[in-house]
Amino acid sequence: MDNIDRFLPELIVLGFAALILVVDLFVREKRILPWIGLLGLALSAAYTATLILRGRQGSAFGDSLRVDNYAFFFLFLFAAVAATVIISSIDFARKMPDRQGEFYSLILVIAVGAMLLSQANDLITIFISLELTSISQYALAGFMRDSRSSEAGLKYLLLGAISTAMLLYGMALLFGLTGSTGLAAISNALQKAPDSARFAYLLAAALLAAGFGFKMAIFPFQMWVPDVYEGAPTPVTAYLSVASKAAAFAVVMRVFFTALSGTLITSEWVGLFAVLAAISMTLGNVLAIQQRNIKRLFGYSSIAQAGNFLVGIVAVSAANGRFTIGATGVVFFIAAYAFTNLGAFLAIIAISEAVGSEQTSDFSGVYRRAPWLALVLAFCLISLTGLPPTAGFFAKLYIFNAAIQAKYVWLVLIAVLNTLVSAVYYLGIVRTMFMGEPRGESRLSSGMPIRFGMTVAALGVLVFGIVPQPLFAAAHKAADVFGR
Amino acid sequence: MVSALLFLPLLGAVVMALLPRDNSRLPRYVALAFSLATFVFSVVLFIIFDRDKTGFQFIEHFTWVDLSSIGSTFTLQYQVGIDGLSIPLVLLTTGLTFFSVLISWNIDLRTKEYFAWILVLETGVLGVFVSLDFLLFFLFWEVELVPMYLLISIWGTGRKEYAALKFVLFTVAGSSFMLVGILLLGFTTNTFDIIQLTQMNITSSFVPLSMIFFFIMAAFAVKLPVFPFHTWLPDAHTNAPTAVSVLLAGVLLKMGGYGMIRMGVSILPNVAKDYTLLFAILAAINIIYGALIVLRQQDLKRLIAYSSVSHMGYVLLGISALKQVGLTGASLQMFTHGLITGLLFIMVGLIYDRTHTRDIGQMSGLMRRMPFVGVMFYIAGFAALGLPALAGFWAELLVFLGTFDKYVPMTILGVVGVLLSAGYILWMLQRVLWGPPMQRWEHLKDATAWWERAPVLGLFLVILAVGVYPSWMVDVIQKGVQPIVARLS
Repeated sequence: MDNIDRFLPELIVLGFAALILVVDLFVREKRILPWIGLLGLALSAAYTATLILRGRQGSAFGDSLRVDNYAFFFLFLFAAVAATVIISSIDFARKMPDRQGEFYSLILVIAVGAMLLSQANDLITIFISLELTSISQYALAGFMRDSRSSEAGLKYLLLGAISTAMLLYGMALLFGLTGSTGLAAISNALQKAPDSARFAYLLAAALLAAGFGFKMAIFPFQMWVPDVYEGAPTPVTAYLSVASKAAAFAVVMRVFFTALSGTLITSEWVGLFAVLAAISMTLGNVLAIQQRNIKRLFGYSSIAQAGNFLVGIVAVSAANGRFTIGATGVVFFIAAYAFTNLGAFLAIIAISEAVGSEQTSDFSGVYRRAPWLALVLAFCLISLTGLPPTAGFFAKLYIFNAAIQAKYVWLVLIAVLNTLVSAVYYLGIVRTMFMGEPRGESRLSSGMPIRFGMTVAALGVLVFGIVPQPLFAAAHKAADVFGR
Repeated sequence: MVSALLFLPLLGAVVMALLPRDNSRLPRYVALAFSLATFVFSVVLFIIFDRDKTGFQFIEHFTWVDLSSIGSTFTLQYQVGIDGLSIPLVLLTTGLTFFSVLISWNIDLRTKEYFAWILVLETGVLGVFVSLDFLLFFLFWEVELVPMYLLISIWGTGRKEYAALKFVLFTVAGSSFMLVGILLLGFTTNTFDIIQLTQMNITSSFVPLSMIFFFIMAAFAVKLPVFPFHTWLPDAHTNAPTAVSVLLAGVLLKMGGYGMIRMGVSILPNVAKDYTLLFAILAAINIIYGALIVLRQQDLKRLIAYSSVSHMGYVLLGISALKQVGLTGASLQMFTHGLITGLLFIMVGLIYDRTHTRDIGQMSGLMRRMPFVGVMFYIAGFAALGLPALAGFWAELLVFLGTFDKYVPMTILGVVGVLLSAGYILWMLQRVLWGPPMQRWEHLKDATAWWERAPVLGLFLVILAVGVYPSWMVDVIQKGVQPIVARLS
């Protein structure tokens, strides 16, 4: 019973995913499908809340799932993200009435996979959860069945398969070295490992980093990002950019901070991540400047942001072996980024639907035709740049501070100068929207749900940009599981 | 008290945003009301400010973000207060913003947004001057960017978008380094509290202290601006609308000078001492280079912009002395330059409004058409070249007195700079105001509207007041400088 109790948040969502498919078969009125999905997510979040209130932290299924505060944080986050994506898809999905059921169902399945990833405490569980999200994402990326979308889906699938292979090599190596797939057991084995095993462990760590790096979208596994972001339906792009990345970082922190932390190899993989962070940021930002398609631009921006997250991971690990300080930053950053990116993408969906284009030049003068959409997008872009008064400002400030505490001055310097580079293209969009000549007289209309969703997201960015302490407290509570 | 002052303009901007769209008269009255209220408020603060005390007054404090419990050094306090160093600049900001609203009276492009951004800008700049927490300071430092960018690029002229972007990129580049410096300092000292930092004896860190010092100073060097980081300034000033030029030259440059004294010199005095020669040399370059460039300007606004580069050199020169007199002179120079350049830009704006050109070559004999503008332009010019009985004189005198016993060659170059400025200003005035009257300017009307005359006369009176009886301001500044000087000896 304990197992089921702790597993119920996922089970609920999974059940509703199945329910949507069933209802889709028998009901002519497809409009209720998204609401079923939202109900499932709400119930799941509510159940998670009861788990917290009842103090049900612990393990499930023989410690293959760790249901702790860290997991709770991400359970809420993924439920919220999936709900926002569903809201943003309502108008989009209507265009293909016969396939709505699969669409919403897949969104929920991805959420289940992401939730599991944040709890997974065993290599096998990690692998299965990762595949659960990945395969559903391949399907969603190619959902439109036109040439661009199919290309995106196929590209994502092929490159994803390679990264899965690397991940598996790493896992196999780790299993061979330690004789276990459980993260706790691996950690124990690593503490006792002789110096001669260092290279093997490092190789395993590097292969794992490569496998996860694909999902995190960091250099050198970032090639798929712009194409897939551009080709996939925009709500799916929004989902990929937030949920997939957040889940990958969630699992990376769990694996590296618990299983792979030890004097034998920690400083090495920290150094590796520091270099990858610097390259990801610089590469993503520099390439983003030249982009004309807003979804491609966000693809490159997401590579750069992943580099920022990595700064937090680097900070964590080096600061006297204390993982909490940096992990708090990464968790906070992920939440801030989720709000910001979702707000931005919802506004982009609404705007590009209305103007009928994804080219940034066609966003010209949007402010005068749809002030609220332009304001929300501008505000989210300011948050992505890291300017006050936004959650993004505190996320960057905190994470840079943590890296300074870890004495990574060069990395912070590169990171802040990258902020400067990113300002060029983020604020460039703001300029186009506010100062460009409007491409038409009419006011742009947008759906009610999407406006509601993006307003909530932007409010989150604003509120946590003014009163960040509660989110910091929550992030710290989550990251505290790495404090021991 | 200080918080109310700080957020009153922001409140005004919020009220502005809520105004109905169609009414075009209302925004300017709302802006006037809020900027006037803020100005009056700051005057009241100046009056009740205790002139016998050193240190900060009207301190307000609460902890905004505190993560020390998790072992992070990240703590952000909302802590504001005023001392003798900041109150002249607070007064300057509120006064010039009020006047800027007046001279923008007949703006008709997107009026509501324009005034809202001016008010947001005021809060941002005031925040820089009253922040007593280094992270809070940084936050306000960044807040100013967005309104400034929009004000230049929407309401500017010429290559406005280029100028706005250049301004933002230069500023952000500088503040990137400052942020790293602040974080390094915070890690070294375990606090971002400016009151504590300015009393602490910081001796070592895991990086050289001079690295922290120069990272922090980088942002201020861009802002002041110090040669060779000045290239954003002429573009931004020239292409900004008049009111924004006034604020840019009058107030925003002072953020740099203020930061140098408050954050650089008073937090790391021992490092500052090692580099005074560098400051003095850069100051001399600023003064002379700026002045020489001014001499060959044909564009009125560009001319004044470059004269600002030259005049900000005196601020840096005063700082390089690291003594009571020099620092007082530098602070006074910031205050008086704000008034004088503000007035000069207003005069140029008034002329440009009528002639629609800023090309000196196309102007001649304007004095006859607009005597009020001409006379006031002359007074502003005299103040700028340091004529006794006007404000500029005392500031430059104090700077020279402060540096003379330390860096004789640079002081002499500074005096040469005064001569040059007398040259370029009188020459400019002669070309624009005298000479044969031109046919095409026959129709020009003098500045007669109340909203044109009020700011001009207001600034003139303050310039005169400082010139005739400087102690009302100098005494206050001296009290602000005292604790810093005490740390230097």
